[in-house]
Amino acid sequence: MNALLRSTRHLLRVFKTLLVTNYAHMLEYRAELILWALSGSLPFILMGVWNKAATQGSFGLSAIEFTRYFLASYLIRQLTVVWVIWDFEKEISEGTLAFRLLQPLDPVWHHVWSHLGERCARVPFVAIIIVLFFLIYPNAIWIPSLPTTLLFLVSALCAFSLQFLIQYTLAMCAFWTEKASAIQDLWYIVHFFCSGAVAPIAIFPETVQNIILFLPFPYIINFPASILVGLPVNLGQGFGMIFVWMAVFLVINRILWRKGLKQFSGMGA
Amino acid sequence: MQDTKRYFNLLKLFWVNSIATQLEYRLNFVFATIVSLGGLTGSLFSLSLFYRGGYTFAGWRWEEAMVVVGFFTLLEGFASAFLNGSLDQIVKHVEKGTLDFILLKPISTQFWLSTHRVSLWGIPNMVFGAAIVFYAGSKLGLPWTAYVASLIPLACAMLILYSLWFMMSTTSIWFTKIYNLTAVLKGVVEAGRFPMVAYPPAYQFFFTFIIPVAFLTTIPSETLLNRTGFQSSAIAIGLAIGLLWVSNRFWKFALRFYTSASS
Repeated sequence: MNALLRSTRHLLRVFKTLLVTNYAHMLEYRAELILWALSGSLPFILMGVWNKAATQGSFGLSAIEFTRYFLASYLIRQLTVVWVIWDFEKEISEGTLAFRLLQPLDPVWHHVWSHLGERCARVPFVAIIIVLFFLIYPNAIWIPSLPTTLLFLVSALCAFSLQFLIQYTLAMCAFWTEKASAIQDLWYIVHFFCSGAVAPIAIFPETVQNIILFLPFPYIINFPASILVGLPVNLGQGFGMIFVWMAVFLVINRILWRKGLKQFSGMGA
Repeated sequence: MQDTKRYFNLLKLFWVNSIATQLEYRLNFVFATIVSLGGLTGSLFSLSLFYRGGYTFAGWRWEEAMVVVGFFTLLEGFASAFLNGSLDQIVKHVEKGTLDFILLKPISTQFWLSTHRVSLWGIPNMVFGAAIVFYAGSKLGLPWTAYVASLIPLACAMLILYSLWFMMSTTSIWFTKIYNLTAVLKGVVEAGRFPMVAYPPAYQFFFTFIIPVAFLTTIPSETLLNRTGFQSSAIAIGLAIGLLWVSNRFWKFALRFYTSASS
């Protein structure tokens, strides 16, 4: 018991250090962070088109609901950005994974905390953009209740974890192929159109909806965004699917990780 | 004259070289084709979401809106063939200080940087984009002259996109690590998926006068559909030449601040 406590405490200290160093590292690149926050402008573009469409046609959602949905989708997209596959690919092709393997810590934690550290540094810029948006468009202001906000935060954390887990699993392909990120490109295309980034899933044709809801994609953007905006969502099914997909990818990930390590030669290191 | 010939020879050399490198990775091309097909399906699907409930972009029938998606895909292909690879290198050259060696070469640096690399990855998108344009065009019964007429604004669109992209990359002279400034541009250009009338007035203003997205896809489509007279093509030509000139001036201006690194 005591040993377990000690090792947990040790791990927590490692995590804290990783978080602080990664956060400090990211703060060095503030200009870059602003630009990343700006480069996610797609939801704002789509907001314009859907807003105009909703005032003239009937889509089951009002113009203001579209506006809020896309604002929420901007927020959730910023919160769930993941780039682990590119880092991992580099570590494999340059052989630097070998050094990480020497440490008494699973290398995945470096990636996890670099993402979380970056997220802490990014959030203020995202907040500024959202405040600016409300200044320009005060009609869209809404204040979600405390339970909704908490639920959104939990779903955002789940969405990020799922997204990270999926990409880290795809990254395992780097053990066998030089271009794992090409697989990510393909995955991203499906993710982009099925996640609710282009439009709320609720307005998709019913047959498409029925298929998509079995896939992991809509739970990464559509689900948290809908929670925050107050669109009807099935919470049980949503969280259920997230956990099912997380479990699936976790298992695949661990299997591939073990197989990959066996034939990793650390070339170049 | 001699100069032009020299530049042509160089261009040929650059392209043969970079194509030869990429032919080593033929499987990538298959991948690019699948990605591009997926992207096109997705684009058409998201467009269909608007037209499903009987709503239309003011004055744009389904096939006409498809033309815009076609031009958008074509330009995406153009960007990944000619812009992505070579212009993203600028950032790398600045960061590592290897820009020095390029500045020493006895040709225009902008030319070298802009043409040094081409990528075959863009071809599927260009082909599929053109195919969509032709498909929608044949549904609408467009005459062949319409396609010829649309080539002018299309060429201008490519030049405009290039100039904007080049200027974005140029800012790396000041900011060094700025891969994502082009990402901001890419994000804004996404607006070209839809004809301008689909946007509220404030957006239309922004996409016409601040970042001229309207000239990338809407103007070529309107020309193809024979909706606009020659004047919009003329404006497109003016804008393209103007931006090209500005991008060149901007590059030369930026170079004055180049201090080199680690070399």
